Parts: sequence; structure tokens; C-alpha cells
Amino acid sequence: MSVLSKPTAEAPARPAAPPPRRHDPRRQPRRWGSHLFLGFLVLYFILPLWFLVVASTKDAGGLFNGTGGALWFDQGFHFFENLSTLFTYNDGIYLKWLGNSLLYAFAAGIGATVLAVLAGYAFAKFDFPGRRLTFSLLLGAVMVPATALVIPTFVLLSRLELTNTAWAVILPSMLNPFGVYLMRVYAADGVPDELLDAARMDGAGEFRTFFSVALPLMRPAIVTVLLLSVVGTWNNYFLPLAVLSDSTKFPITVGLNLWQGLAGANNGGGTSLYALIIVGSLVSIIPLVIAFLGLQKYWQGGLAIGSLK
Amino acid sequence: MASLGTADQVASSAAAATATGGRPRPEARKQLKGRGTNAWVAWAFLAPFALVFLVFLVAPLLYALYLSLYTKGLATGERFAGLDNYTRAFTDPSFLNGIWFVLRFTLVVIPVQMAVSLLAALVLDSLTSRFSRFSRLVIFVPYAIPAVIGALMWGFLYSPNFGPLQQIFGDSAPFLLADGGLFAGLTNVVTWQWAGYYMIIIYAALQGIDPAIYEAAKIDGATGLQVALRIKIPMVSSALVLILVFAVIGTLQFFTEPQVLRPISNGGITADITPNVYAFNLAFNYAQVNYASAIAFALGIVVFLGVYIFLFATRKRGGFLK
Repeated sequence: MSVLSKPTAEAPARPAAPPPRRHDPRRQPRRWGSHLFLGFLVLYFILPLWFLVVASTKDAGGLFNGTGGALWFDQGFHFFENLSTLFTYNDGIYLKWLGNSLLYAFAAGIGATVLAVLAGYAFAKFDFPGRRLTFSLLLGAVMVPATALVIPTFVLLSRLELTNTAWAVILPSMLNPFGVYLMRVYAADGVPDELLDAARMDGAGEFRTFFSVALPLMRPAIVTVLLLSVVGTWNNYFLPLAVLSDSTKFPITVGLNLWQGLAGANNGGGTSLYALIIVGSLVSIIPLVIAFLGLQKYWQGGLAIGSLK
Repeated sequence: MASLGTADQVASSAAAATATGGRPRPEARKQLKGRGTNAWVAWAFLAPFALVFLVFLVAPLLYALYLSLYTKGLATGERFAGLDNYTRAFTDPSFLNGIWFVLRFTLVVIPVQMAVSLLAALVLDSLTSRFSRFSRLVIFVPYAIPAVIGALMWGFLYSPNFGPLQQIFGDSAPFLLADGGLFAGLTNVVTWQWAGYYMIIIYAALQGIDPAIYEAAKIDGATGLQVALRIKIPMVSSALVLILVFAVIGTLQFFTEPQVLRPISNGGITADITPNVYAFNLAFNYAQVNYASAIAFALGIVVFLGVYIFLFATRKRGGFLK
């Protein structure tokens, strides 16, 4: 086992997260130029978020005619007021959207991950007739853009009278060929054949071998695929836009854009929807940003899986 | 199919590598020892994914192909039309202009994205300060933000009513969602959204390089720039190819950002700006499902073939179809 894990010239490094390492343990010179460049990038990438935070403290008047301009606070502080309007407007439909997004993202993400683990393991660790053909099909499917499937999927689901249900979002989102590919690449090297052999020799059946030997070893790849699938569904806009028509079933992405359309047409019914869109956007991005920051050590290694092979 | 042989090559080379690298005993090279050979078990593992694959990939594509061969008129009902929808698509200025737009957009946005993400990854890889770790996270954060919300935020920032551009430049402020500003405006939104994700992939690949190589280069007198150009970039080329493929697939299918920004663009973004936006509007606003299916299908095939040819041409450096 310890010999096995030593990468050779021919075998690519194990796709497991490479151990964090520093190029140069000695103190580096300060590198002002590089830090200046990074500082510029940080300002650019943080700009819209800064705007969101600042704007979420303003009322409608402050947004349009605030004294501090678009990128600084106004005199009045209306954040909590905006928040309570957000949660009560239209019978609290915002919370409904947030709940829908959570439901769709986790149901589809967990489903996609389970399918990917099972299929990736089969491709990596079994010889069966049709393996080469099916794996080629899988690689081809990675290249079929997901959006190309949206309108055909909508038409098919409407023929089956499944549109406008949670299933219409969850089931198609469980298709993640790239996840299967990642799992296969990871399992090929990350689950040593010797361990599987040993388990089989000890009399464990194929499924027992999978659950008690292979599955625990595949954990880093599982977390990565889960995270990528959850994010993919949470961020998806085209599919729910196409298959859902009842606004109480919308996820947050489609819901906020519905408000944007109403705000442009000035149909907020007396409430300024712009302030709600801004504070609603801010609230909705917090869960995923926290999830990413908290799970850093998992996805940073995991994202390299696909590119190392 | 070119890739028919490839999966097997990957498998056998991996097995050979395991055998030669892990176990010096020659008899250990027996073909694929340690693999399950029970086909029924393998298919049992594969079956759930295969089912979803058939129902939500194969079936919709076949159904779209079927629909695209028919037309539906109010008086005539549904009737077989052969390739009429496709000849209509490839003579439809809306569709052709959409294709032309995404092609031009791809040529602009992908070099910008690749340059930003590669440069950021190289700089981050060369630093170990606390600020560089913080920067890495900040640059990546937009990936966790839905494209809809990214587009809405930039839409507000571009807004002539309460965006900062207006407050800084007054009436001469550029409007980034119409005419000359549109390309720059959309490029900016897309780069902001995706550059961090690409940066992390390149960065992870850079961190996987054996530092002994840098030591050797240093002894040979290589400068930092030479190390970056001659060692780092070639060694992460398979990550770059992977990113390029994802970026091309995503950009040719451009939908969310133009669709979200369309209402506030004062007509700068039309209902046929990209093929996907056009197909969506045909299907949902004009109820032309058959024609929309033809466009979706044609676009999917074009993207698929383009990417497949590209991967085949770069298969020596890309890891994907090796």
C-alpha cells in the first residue's frame, strides 16, 4: 500500500488532494508588484459584492438619490427594514423561493452524487462487455451542453404532464456525466485493486466490498462532486425558468428575476422592488459563500482531479 | 469513433503503471488483476445512472429530433416537414446573427478569461503570504454566486439611473448594455463570474508540480519569467485545455446573462441575440416548439462536433480524450 501510493514517472500523481506545500519555506522577498496586482484583482472581484452590501442599507430614495453615491452608504440606514419587508412581501414568497432552491439543490445534488459514485466505481473497477462503448458515450455526453437539453426536456416533460412540479427540476438535474468522469478518474488510482482483492478473498460480496472498502476511500471525490452538483442546481436558471410556471414553485434565481421584471415595469404595488431585489440577492448568496469557505480543504484538492489526468 | 480505443488505453496504461510502479514481481502483470469481472454486478452499479442518462439525455434529444422534423400550423395541424425547419434555420437571419454573435463573443471573452485566470493563478502560486490566500478566496467567490444574481448586480452597476458610472461621468457615461458598450459589458460580467473557477483549476494543477523541477531550473539559471513560460504553463496545459473546452461550451450556449439583462438594456439586447435566447423566445413567447427544437438540436450538434474535433486535435496535450 505504501509502495503503491508512490507516484511513478508513468502514472500520474494520485488524484487525491496533493498535500499542501510551499514552494519555498524560506522567507520570500515582499514582491510588491505581485501584491499590487492581487490587490487590483481583489478590488475588481469584490466590487459588485460591496455594492450589494452598501445598497442593501438604502431605501428606494437612497438608491436613486443617495448622498454618498452608489458605492457608499446613504445617511439613512434601512437594512433591517428592507430585511423585514423582504420576508413579508407577498406573503413571504421570498422564503418560499429560498426553501425551493434548497430542496432542488440538495435533492438533485445528492441524487447526482450517488449515481456518479456508483457508475464511476463500475467504470474504474470492473471489466464488463460494453465498458469501452459506454464510457465513450459518457465522454460524449460531457460535451453535450446542458442548456441544449433544456427545451427538449421541457417538451418531453410537458408531454408527460410533469412540468410545473419539483420533479421537473430535480430529475433532469441528476444527470451529471462530468461527475461520473471525475469519480472514475479518482477511483482508478485512489482505490487500490489490492484492497478490493483482499476484501473479496476474505469472502466479502461485491456490494459489501464497495460499501466498506471503496466508499470510504472515495470520500474526497464524493464531497467535490456533491458540492459541484449542489452549486450547479442552485445556480441553474434556464431549466427552472422553462419547466416551472407557478411562481410559488420558483427557485430563488427565477424568483428574483421575476421581481426584476416587475420592478422595471413599475408593478411593485407600492413597494420598491429594487430594494428588495438587492437585499434578497445578498441574503441568497450567503449560504453558498459560507459553504465554500467552510469546505475549502475539500474542493480545492477535488477540483484538481479532472485536470491532473 | 476515435475514442473507442481510448478508454481501454487509459485503463491498461494505468494498470501497467500500477503493476510496474507498485509491484516489482513480474507475475503481477497478469492482466487487470484485482478487477471485478462479474458483468451483472458492474451493470447493477451502472444501472441508476444509465437510466437517468437514457431518460434525460437520450430521450429528449431523440424527441427534439422527431419534433424538429414536423411543423405545426393552426389550420393544417402537425405534419411531416422533413428538413424544412433546418433549411429555415440556416437561412433565418435571426439564427445566423445569433451564431455570428456568439462566435465573435467567444473569440473575445475566452482569451480575456484565460489571461486573467492564468495570470492570477501564476501570481498566487508564486506567493505564500496571508494576503495571497485571502485574494484566492475573493477571486473564487463569484463562482458560488448564481449567474442570475451576478448579472443583476452588474446590471445595477451599469444602470444609468443609480449606477456609479453615471455619478462619475455624468451624461457622457458609457452605457454598457447597448451598441458599442454591449460587448465590453457582457465580457465583464462573464469574466467576473468564471475567471475565479478557472483560476482555482489552474492553481491546483500548478500546486501539483514537483518543486524539484524549479530547483533544477534555478540551478540552470532560469529567471522567474522563464520558469513560468517554459515550465509552469506547459505543465498545466491539460488543465488549460479542460478549461478551454468548458468555456467554449458555455459561451456558445450563452443564455442567462443576456436573458436577465435584456429588460434593462433599452433594446440593446435583442430577443435573438444568441441562438439559445432566440430558441427560448420562439418556444415560450411564440409557441413555435417545432422550430425551437430544430434550433436547439442544430446548436447542440454544432457545439458537440466542434468540441469533439477540438479535443481530438489537442488530445496529445489534453488529458480528456487521451
